[in-house]
Amino acid sequence: MKVNDVILKSVVRGVVFIVFTLGMYLFFAGHNAPGGGFIGGLVLGSGIVLLYLTYDIETVHKGMPFDFKKVAAFGVLLATGSAIASLFFNVPFLTQADGYYNLPLLGEKHLSTVTIFEAGVALTVVGTLVTIILNISEDE
Amino acid sequence: MIDLILKAALVLFMLAIALSLYRVIKGPSLPDRAIALDTIGVNLISAIAIVSIVLNTKAFLEAILILGILAFIGTIAFSKYIERGVIVERKSAD
Repeated sequence: MKVNDVILKSVVRGVVFIVFTLGMYLFFAGHNAPGGGFIGGLVLGSGIVLLYLTYDIETVHKGMPFDFKKVAAFGVLLATGSAIASLFFNVPFLTQADGYYNLPLLGEKHLSTVTIFEAGVALTVVGTLVTIILNISEDE
Repeated sequence: MIDLILKAALVLFMLAIALSLYRVIKGPSLPDRAIALDTIGVNLISAIAIVSIVLNTKAFLEAILILGILAFIGTIAFSKYIERGVIVERKSAD
């Protein structure tokens, strides 16, 4: 029996971008407001899970050809890498640096290496979440 | 006066969530449970909005957005399980 789910597919095609936008907002808001890498990663992961629910594994893999176990591994590598890099500057493990820089067009901005660590956390959360949900909800 | 109205609304939302919870536990069929869970989600969103009016803060707005997204995804997953028996398909049906 062919299932008719035109409404679901059309709605999700728009909603998934709202979810991803909220995820990225939460990721960057985490610097000095509620949010951060973990919450942003959870929201981004639930957006990807929504895509998998609406379409199927083959279709999503055609547009997003990531192995999510490797995404999680890359996230851990990024987070520990930003932590270990502090050892080369003779400061304790996990020390983060920040500063104010004048960027072209944007003006003076506050940049810090915590963002790299948070990106690692977010990638780890996305990879782990999608891997777990795909493994427990697969048919057969 | 407005404070009394807001508190009364919170109590009524609590009552509505309790009634929906009864339907989730007792519900004779699976679609009853799916609709009751979605109702609980909507009631929670409204209750959080009223709590943020009572406390006069904007800190709960992200919680409202995330709860809306999660209720949406949960309802879709539940109804897809009821309709087809699988949640994530390996390849498209047609």
